[in-house]
Amino acid sequence: MSALLETRPLSPPGARAVAKQRFVPRAPHSTRLGRVVDSLRWPLGIYTTPVVLFVLWEVVSRLGWLPETIAPAPTTILHAGYELYQRGELIPSLTTSLGRAGTGLAIGLAVGVTAGVLGGLLRSGEYLFNGVFQILHTIPLLAILPLMIVWFGIDELTKVLLISFGAAVPMYLNLFAAIRGVDHRLVEMARSAGAGRFRQITRVLLPGALPGFLVGLRFSLGYSVLGLVAAELVNVDQGIGFLINRAQTYLQTDQVFFGLVVYAVLGLLADQLVRVLERVLLAWRPGYEAS
Amino acid sequence: MTSPASTARHAGADQVSVRVRDVVRRFGPRQVLDGLDLSIARSEFVVLLGPSGCGKSTLLRLLAGLDLPDGGEVEVPRERAIVFQGDRLLPWQRVWRNVTIGLRGPDPKARALEVLAEVGLSERANAWPKTLSGGEAQRVALARALVTEPDLVLLDEPFSALDAITRLHMHDLVRRLHQRHGAAMLLVTHDVAEAIALGDRILVMDQGRIGSSYSVRLSDEDRRSSQEREDLRGRLLADLGLAGRR
Repeated sequence: MSALLETRPLSPPGARAVAKQRFVPRAPHSTRLGRVVDSLRWPLGIYTTPVVLFVLWEVVSRLGWLPETIAPAPTTILHAGYELYQRGELIPSLTTSLGRAGTGLAIGLAVGVTAGVLGGLLRSGEYLFNGVFQILHTIPLLAILPLMIVWFGIDELTKVLLISFGAAVPMYLNLFAAIRGVDHRLVEMARSAGAGRFRQITRVLLPGALPGFLVGLRFSLGYSVLGLVAAELVNVDQGIGFLINRAQTYLQTDQVFFGLVVYAVLGLLADQLVRVLERVLLAWRPGYEAS
Repeated sequence: MTSPASTARHAGADQVSVRVRDVVRRFGPRQVLDGLDLSIARSEFVVLLGPSGCGKSTLLRLLAGLDLPDGGEVEVPRERAIVFQGDRLLPWQRVWRNVTIGLRGPDPKARALEVLAEVGLSERANAWPKTLSGGEAQRVALARALVTEPDLVLLDEPFSALDAITRLHMHDLVRRLHQRHGAAMLLVTHDVAEAIALGDRILVMDQGRIGSSYSVRLSDEDRRSSQEREDLRGRLLADLGLAGRR
């Protein structure tokens, strides 16, 4: 035994010099300039670039290098929004637009989720819905607006239906793929553990499809805003699209820009909503551990 | 002592947990199971040993009801559970919810916590599965299998992805659980040491049938190291066509 366990020194005889690399904690900048540069690095995260652009835009406008009618300064745009608010036009228009988007979104999501769940869970559901939605998916959202006007007129119905169409299709496609994409080994596990069909659906398939559902929701929200913009260019007397149209007619570029700002904010809010949902619903993912 | 024994030793109809008669299973032209017979007594721990691709997992899937035979007959208890090679935990449910996936009856959480205590994971009951180590995850899988008090537990190479030290701990745990719950267990493996550590009876697969069968009556101590253990190991290796490579 002792012979087997005998130890020998590890360094071989006549060892040559080995090139080495040493790792130590990163040292803070010693020069004052270096410290200033460090503190200036992306102070606002991903919003640094937009803020810098806005500041540049403002400066260039103030210097008179940009004509008012082409691109008014950011402060002018905000002022235009404030004026609309004071004249009592902004809030009713905003409510109308949000009402349209909300109604359309609700109908679209209801259809998309129902069809997606049935299509994902049932073979007959797949045959019933998949072909239709795949075909609808290939039609550009804006291209069906003329047909909808012929069918449903130029009133609210067309607007709401256009938005629901935009919301339903991506929700169906993503939800269907997500349910079918759940790891079949987990379904097999649940089945062999004695879980009934109901538990397989509520504990395995639907929670497993949740990440895909949220992707679908993000697309649906995006397309519903797109649908809203298109719908509000047709026969409106209220709404953000109406404000933009009217401002264009009277060459009030600041109000046009303000309308765009409202749409952008709506889009950002929708995105933030999905992010919050992800944080809450996907807490089990290692990436979301912190919350 | 070890000795070859026939399965006929376990007579008596209700003493038998599993009965497989003349089972055939083909995949295309390949006859994976070819007239296989097997019976497992109540509370017996049977280890099915064989190289990969010999059809042992196919047999296990037939016993689990996840696959149907092309010929012959399979009779198994209605209450059965499987421990798979991977842990197959639902990442979106906390550990104790994973344990109750197939559980019916009142107060499932209390039952889950009881079984989790048996596998030594009480304090991880509220953890997310992704935060568990490999050994912990496989212990949750064991708890999930045992919580319904099944009459038969099928284990499909459950420890093959674990490191050697964790695997030894798991062997002790499984033997303890087997003694406490008294369910019949069938473990499929390609690891000779694992077979000796666990089995009351070790079966070696050969050409789609049970080639040879060894009853193991060794104390826990002798299973770890003894002359009988080495003899048995030698015979099992010979049956696997690996004689002399000790």
